[in-house]
Amino acid sequence: MLNPYLPYPVRIDNITVETEDKNLKTFRFVFINPQDEEKFSYRAGQFAELSVTGKGEIPIGIASSPTEKGFVMFTVNKVGLVSSYLHAMKEGDIMGVRGPLGNCYPWDQMEGKNIIIIGGGFAFTTLRSSIIYMLDPANRSKFKDIHVIYGARTPGMLLYWDELIEWEKRDDINMHITVDGTDDPNWKYNIGFVPTITEQKAPPGGEDSVAVVCGPPIMIKFTQPVLDKLGYSDDRIIMSLENRMKCGIGMCGRCNIGKEFVCKDGPVFTLEEINKTPREY
Amino acid sequence: MKIVQIDKEDWENGIKKLFEVYRLFAPVKEADFHNFKQIEAGQLPDLSCLNTRLSPKSIIYPQSEVMFKYSLDENEEDHHILKEVDKDYSPQAVIGIRPCDAKAFELVRLNFDSPDYKDPYWLNAYEATTLVGLACESPCSSCFCTTAGCGPYHAEALDLLLIDNGDQYWAKVISAKGEAFLAAAGWTVAVEEQTALKEIEVKKRAAEDKISAFVKTDKLREIETNDLYTAAFWEEVSFSCINCGTCTYVCPTCWCFDIQDENRGNRGCRMRNWDSCMYPLFTLHGSGHNPRGTQLHRVRQRFMHKLKYFVDKYDAGIQCVGCGRCIRLCPVNIDIRRVCGYMNSHVASADTCEV
Ligand SMILES: Cc1cc2nc3c(=O)[nH]c(=O)nc-3n(C[C@H](O)[C@H](O)[C@H](O)COP(=O)(O)OP(=O)(O)OC[C@H]3O[C@@H](n4cnc5c(N)ncnc54)[C@H](O)[C@@H]3O)c2cc1C
Ligand code: SF4
Ligand code: SF4
Ligand code: FES
Repeated sequence: MLNPYLPYPVRIDNITVETEDKNLKTFRFVFINPQDEEKFSYRAGQFAELSVTGKGEIPIGIASSPTEKGFVMFTVNKVGLVSSYLHAMKEGDIMGVRGPLGNCYPWDQMEGKNIIIIGGGFAFTTLRSSIIYMLDPANRSKFKDIHVIYGARTPGMLLYWDELIEWEKRDDINMHITVDGTDDPNWKYNIGFVPTITEQKAPPGGEDSVAVVCGPPIMIKFTQPVLDKLGYSDDRIIMSLENRMKCGIGMCGRCNIGKEFVCKDGPVFTLEEINKTPREY
Repeated sequence: MKIVQIDKEDWENGIKKLFEVYRLFAPVKEADFHNFKQIEAGQLPDLSCLNTRLSPKSIIYPQSEVMFKYSLDENEEDHHILKEVDKDYSPQAVIGIRPCDAKAFELVRLNFDSPDYKDPYWLNAYEATTLVGLACESPCSSCFCTTAGCGPYHAEALDLLLIDNGDQYWAKVISAKGEAFLAAAGWTVAVEEQTALKEIEVKKRAAEDKISAFVKTDKLREIETNDLYTAAFWEEVSFSCINCGTCTYVCPTCWCFDIQDENRGNRGCRMRNWDSCMYPLFTLHGSGHNPRGTQLHRVRQRFMHKLKYFVDKYDAGIQCVGCGRCIRLCPVNIDIRRVCGYMNSHVASADTCEV
């Protein structure tokens, strides 16, 4: 019997500090047993349990894309016990990755559509995975227009800066980077909260468009009416939820919203599905 | 269905032989109550108890269990890599388990044996276990098994059902595991089936007639989740709960757990421990936000899980076998039968709960 609690052993290959407050770091892992990489075959939107031996496990969205080979990548906010310890670890250290877990973004439903990605703060990790995946030459033609609205408090708090700038330069993706405020006189992009920028920049919804929204609760709360007005129906608004997790496989009983387990039936739900639950997240 | 007769004179001798094949678990008296314990050679199951204070779930699903071990010593090979631990999955038998507690394992199995994932710890232990039930002749006043998908003679979840028949037991064989158990004990005298079955039917009806508590569950499926969730009665139901967690720990059908790493010096184990939806930590996010932050949220979660979410998810009845433990042991007399009544007769109204 396969033990679904046993992580694959990995080595930390690279650590990058992502934000000016140094609270977010990106960890790149390589599998110690090369054949495990194939077993860890994932799709954009899924997550994994990062297993820090001796401290515990934390569920983290997969930030690398299935089209990137040779490593898996996660961006971790320093919060409590496990994430703080992980932040103190160094390249070369051994730990574990268990997954991939949960469902992915509904790629079948999204193919052939205009995609609008709306992200706020550090909840941009699986959105990065999705963008890299869609921009891959083998996949780009499967999608119509791609819009990305991504905001953070300040320019220094935006994740994956170099990539954002590269995407800005391309003509097959429409980037709308924004910050709540900045004193940088050379800031070339938007200033304003994500819901406001969405109102100004997002294309109208309809049969042909799907919105993927990830961010802090307050951003989601104010973005929802904007999308409504733009004509995005609840079954075309895709969200990724978070709840405290342990097992990640629907067994330990803590992450449910009604009868759905965020870890196994989610983390990705349509707004229509979420509205049917007691929304305990 | 084969029925074997065990003369009580042969009981002790048979048990003695069983020790050669099985690790045996049975009710044992502790202070003024009984609990399931592993018995040693020379000890006999105490079948005089109505039911044990704690459910026997820990025999298959220990309250605290090692999942993996590891070394944190960088000089050791494979340091920081989790290793499976050796487990004893040799045959074990639970003698004197009540039909409701056996049925609970069937319900819990739905959680641990899903189409997507198999929990190896629970399943291996379950496979290694033979459940030798004892039919209830005089159920407690708080039992409501007959309306909770089970009953005092409910045999389906067992391998063998023992029925007390004066100076003998009748053993109704339900599975091959049950058959093997009888063979190991040397109890092989089959009785004439038709006559015995008729007598058992009479005893069964007499036992069922003694059940005096009931629940109604017929409407639970059709009532909308969110209508139940926002019902006003949760405020009254949860008001006195002190979130002690007793109800979930004693319940044979509660399965929630936590995973923790425990270190001693340079080595450690990843453990799994029973947890409870009654505790605020169960759902607390690292950010400090708690989606079930009040006592009302947590009480509602326990009842909604057992009586609505489970019902909707599996279409296998309620996640409760009517053993009555949570009713008997709750320090503030919260009664699942009453709550089930509220839920089953709920009509959505403007009068909703604030939380
Ligand atoms: C599907 C999913 C994807 C996520 N993706 C990311 C990501 O890409 N980057 C990121 O920085 N964070 C992400 N999180 C949040 C992250 O899991 C928590 O911040 C993290 O678990 C905090 O753990 P801790 O040990 O540092 O904190 P503590 O407060 O010490 O938590 C102790 C334990 O509780 C559990 N826990 C606590 N908070 C959460 C939470 N919000 N969600 C789930 N479990 C929790 C974990 O098991 C944790 O080890 C994600 C959460 C989920 C559910
Ligand atoms: S036993 Fe009673 S008081 Fe304790 S948590 Fe359960 S319902 Fe609340
Ligand atoms: S909920 Fe109460 S009555 Fe039902 S099985 Fe659990 S302990 Fe027994
Ligand atoms: S994390 Fe255990 S059930 Fe979802």
